[in-house]
Amino acid sequence: MGEPTVIMDVRQAGGSMAVVDIKGEVTAACEPVLMSAYEEASSAGAARVLLNFTGLEYMNSGGIGMLVTLLVRAGRQRQQLAACGLSEHYREIFELTRLDEAITIYADEASALADAVR
Amino acid sequence: MSDQAVPENVAGAEQIGLSAREAKASVQPRDAGNWAAKVERLAVVQRDGVRGTNVAGRRLTGPVQGFGKMWEKTYSLNAGQVTTPQDAIATWKAHFPEFWPKGNRFAGALAGISPGDVALLDLAIGGGVKLSTGVFVLYADQESFTLMTPQGHMFAGWITFSAERTGDATTIRAHVLMRANDPLYEVGMTFGGHAKEDQFWAQTLTALGTRLGVPDPRVETRSTCVDSHRQWRNAKNIWHNAMLRSTLQTLAAPLHRRSRPAA
Repeated sequence: MGEPTVIMDVRQAGGSMAVVDIKGEVTAACEPVLMSAYEEASSAGAARVLLNFTGLEYMNSGGIGMLVTLLVRAGRQRQQLAACGLSEHYREIFELTRLDEAITIYADEASALADAVR
Repeated sequence: MSDQAVPENVAGAEQIGLSAREAKASVQPRDAGNWAAKVERLAVVQRDGVRGTNVAGRRLTGPVQGFGKMWEKTYSLNAGQVTTPQDAIATWKAHFPEFWPKGNRFAGALAGISPGDVALLDLAIGGGVKLSTGVFVLYADQESFTLMTPQGHMFAGWITFSAERTGDATTIRAHVLMRANDPLYEVGMTFGGHAKEDQFWAQTLTALGTRLGVPDPRVETRSTCVDSHRQWRNAKNIWHNAMLRSTLQTLAAPLHRRSRPAA
């Protein structure tokens, strides 16, 4: 598997929500980076993990597969997985693969936060 | 994305009067041509040599929509130093049906595998019955392509076929992420279905390896249960079960022929 070309920064955003800022390319090669970011996001007891795709530059089908695996992990911990910052193109991919039925999609981080504290 | 990170062509678009948001939206990411366009339900072009039932009008199903335990399976083949990943995938895409084990039919577009294509399948399940189903080409680039299954297929998920350089050699892989689509398929997968599937893809990769000139191709299989829970809310998927429907269609075929007026 190739070298990951992605950076994932984790921060707590309030309302029991942690945000993972994804910048770069999401492929199967970045699974260790994503899982490590997810563990960091979960360590403070977040009930919801928001994947912020504003900086997403490229995603292949391996990347989508990895998100399914992450979804299973989140489900085991009774956490909600959400996404924001998807361009129209990537939003359509979430809809095509029907990932949007399990990962709630928000237009931006503020909408996700507003929903989390409601 | 910060202003500094905006691509050059976006900055150019801003100079001709587009807002930053409009300019960003007008730039297609480089994977745009690799993904199929969004579809709600599958449309089918009838193809010779397959029955072509149980696909038209069906929705796509991923692991989220499946019923059974979730499995991740990887079938790998060391294709040696001579074949490049691009050559391996080009050959696989262009001749995909030729590598399938005997008794199974894959009827795709003549041009090979392209995003958005729907291929029709007849799969040997024994007793003179062919399971009639299909697959959708979700993604394709020069080093990989992915097929996604419709409602009624044995499993809900996708299979990614890829090749990459690892050290001096090219490794070819079929990677399956799936759940059995309904309770009946789950029973079938548990009692022999998984072993049959493993054999299917091992034979396929062996045939591909032989075509690529790999001496004595050996396929390595790795299978992991990612989620042992069954998604009972999706048990109703059995309504679309293509195996049951194919069996009924096979039994009903003589009656159809008899009721059709002679030409």
